[in-house]
Amino acid sequence: MTANPILNLSVLVAGALAAGALIVGPVAAQERSTIQIAGSSTVLPFASIAAEEFGQFFPEFDTPVVGSGGSGGGMRQFCQGIGANTIDIANSSRPIKTSEIEACRANGVSDIREIRIGYDGIVLASRLDGPAFALEPRDIYTAIAANLPEGMAPPMLWSDVNPSLPAQRINMAIPGANHGTREVFEERVLEAGCEAVMGGALENGGCLQLRQDNVIEITGDYTETLARLNADPDTVGVFGLSFYDQNRDTLRVATINGVTPSLDTVASGEYLVSRPLFFYVKGAHLGVVPGLAEYTEFFLSDMMVGAGGRLEMAGLIPAPAAETAQVLENFLNGVSVAQ
Amino acid sequence: MSAPSLDPEAQANSLRRAQVRRSLTRRNRAEARFRALGMVSALAALGFVAILFGNILSRGIPAFWQYSAVLNVTFDPAVVRVPERPVQGADQSDADYQTALLGWQRRFSMVNWNTLISRAVLDAAPAGVTADQRAVLSVIDSGARFVLRDLVLQDPSLIGQTVPVRLLASADADNWAKGKLDRSLPDERQQLSRPARDLIDAMTTQGSLQRSFAWHLFTNVDSRASPASAGLAGAFVGSLYMMLVVILASVPIGVSSAIYLEEFAPRNRFTDVIEVNINNLAAVPSIVFGLLGAAVFINLFRLPLSAPLVGGLVLTLMTLPTIIIATRSALRAVPPSLRQAALGIGASRTQMVFHHVLPVTYPGILTASILGVAQALGETAPLLLIGMNAFVANIPATPLEQSAALPVQIYLWQGNENRNFFEARTFAAIIVLLALMISLNALAIWLRGRLERKA
Repeated sequence: MTANPILNLSVLVAGALAAGALIVGPVAAQERSTIQIAGSSTVLPFASIAAEEFGQFFPEFDTPVVGSGGSGGGMRQFCQGIGANTIDIANSSRPIKTSEIEACRANGVSDIREIRIGYDGIVLASRLDGPAFALEPRDIYTAIAANLPEGMAPPMLWSDVNPSLPAQRINMAIPGANHGTREVFEERVLEAGCEAVMGGALENGGCLQLRQDNVIEITGDYTETLARLNADPDTVGVFGLSFYDQNRDTLRVATINGVTPSLDTVASGEYLVSRPLFFYVKGAHLGVVPGLAEYTEFFLSDMMVGAGGRLEMAGLIPAPAAETAQVLENFLNGVSVAQ
Repeated sequence: MSAPSLDPEAQANSLRRAQVRRSLTRRNRAEARFRALGMVSALAALGFVAILFGNILSRGIPAFWQYSAVLNVTFDPAVVRVPERPVQGADQSDADYQTALLGWQRRFSMVNWNTLISRAVLDAAPAGVTADQRAVLSVIDSGARFVLRDLVLQDPSLIGQTVPVRLLASADADNWAKGKLDRSLPDERQQLSRPARDLIDAMTTQGSLQRSFAWHLFTNVDSRASPASAGLAGAFVGSLYMMLVVILASVPIGVSSAIYLEEFAPRNRFTDVIEVNINNLAAVPSIVFGLLGAAVFINLFRLPLSAPLVGGLVLTLMTLPTIIIATRSALRAVPPSLRQAALGIGASRTQMVFHHVLPVTYPGILTASILGVAQALGETAPLLLIGMNAFVANIPATPLEQSAALPVQIYLWQGNENRNFFEARTFAAIIVLLALMISLNALAIWLRGRLERKA
């Protein structure tokens, strides 16, 4: 055995690798050319469609990359600082929190532009082959809350909660704390129900304490909630209206206060459990990451978020044109939420 | 001999024989039991594999065929109204010209291609079928706009002509035509409006909507805006880059450290610690490597998020112990006589290792490397932590660009809200990934066979 081809190859490869590491260092430290987005899984479908269309309309820019991780997860990445390895946009299904603004500022992210893109409803749905539910916030609170009025036994069946409801075991799949949807559910459903049942808010967030035996927290996306429904047919799950829209052939939606959720009832404000959707743009990256301003303007264009636009077809409920115009104006004027 | 068996010796003999016979039947029965048990467990394992593959194949294979229509699209000049392609003026700088050119292209994007599509669909539909534009457009994939745009951008002389163009049916239309949606459900539970459903039925009976092999599954990137055209190309290239990084990094490092530890390193406390650590590393759950990768490669070394390079490096960490351990056991299996003979005729240690010992172990090292890489190919958890679960609509040009990976693509499609369409797509992606794994394993077996014959 003389010269050994594989040995030579591995020496060569090791050399190439070392050289590669030297090159990679400076390249990575350079600025990025692709917009990087992360956050809410509710906003993700809309942001992905907008990103793709943006790539089609603006061939001079790369198609933005859209990650998920929930509103909270996205905001944490967003607030990690400024630079090529931090994200440019955080999608969120709730407004940014004061604590997050503080965290952002501590890491030098002080120019945070809030973009409100439209609305989404939150629906409660069960399997199509089960009974229909007509719920009110007080029913939901009574069914799953840990703190009930004295003397009231924790109900086991929906019919224990309210005789007009089906005699089905109570089991709810609700979004985990990393989801913005959870907060809207707490605010619009649990707190409202608590008010009605307990006669006012409880101390130390007592309204939001839930029973452990009949509530499942879903940390993943709505597909996971759907899988729960398939595993346990008695489950009532919390979904986004846009998700329900795509799966109408398998889900039965519950009415809340007698209103059936739909694009129209959410837009008109008749259906109560709805929330605005947002994304937050890192001001310091404008002009550094190419296309960031153009993406934001494109997203807010009539073609995307307007009535009859591309995103309405995907299930986003458009905001009134004047509201969107105001959002765009604030963005262009550099209005930051951290001021 | 025929005397009655009163002879004590004969009696003892027959007793012993009976005893032996009894124990023999017992042992035979034990063996039969064990064989039966083994057979049952082997059959059960085989059954599970059959169920798994049967399930995946039956659900995934339909996704490889999709409905599309060849439509005669008339590029009506009244709709496609675009100015002449700009010509670079003498006093115009290159940058200005580029801007003008991009503006001109953008005019093409703004053209109302949907009008042309809905006209073409209605032309192709049987006479008498009517539907409003929204219903007509819901039959064709929304990416069709850009297909037409790119055609005209390439050849502006098409304006005014009528050309046949193959356009994909939308995801909902595909579901409906394939019969995946319950036809008995009332209108408000259907994705598509009644006119759209009638139009699809009419067009499939007439034959203008046809099923054909979905090549775009392999050539297109992921898409949410036009789900029917979503493909695996981006994820495939991303996985390929990661595999390259894993091979280039883990094989040389793994093999050389195994050689050093096995052939050169002194046996002392220090090398013992290293050895224990390597064995422990092999048992570390992959998600931990993902956390490490996020902390080290992204936060410390500032490498880009979602990049195959980072994914490859994380998977390298995971694959290294496998390769080191397998290489060491291959080296250990080489008979000491080979080493002694080499040393005996005056070879140095290095010569002994590289000229005599290592060549014998190639089959083992190669198999271990390929299996390690195949395992890394299917790994998902660590990739989620370094941002590779993002939606990327590009084919990465370099390992430093953002990209998806095959297993993560499966995860993403599994989570897509359009369940009816993406469930089959998910299984199709699984089939592609499994096919890739099986071919890698087959390659490992083939190479081992070839090298063993040579050695």
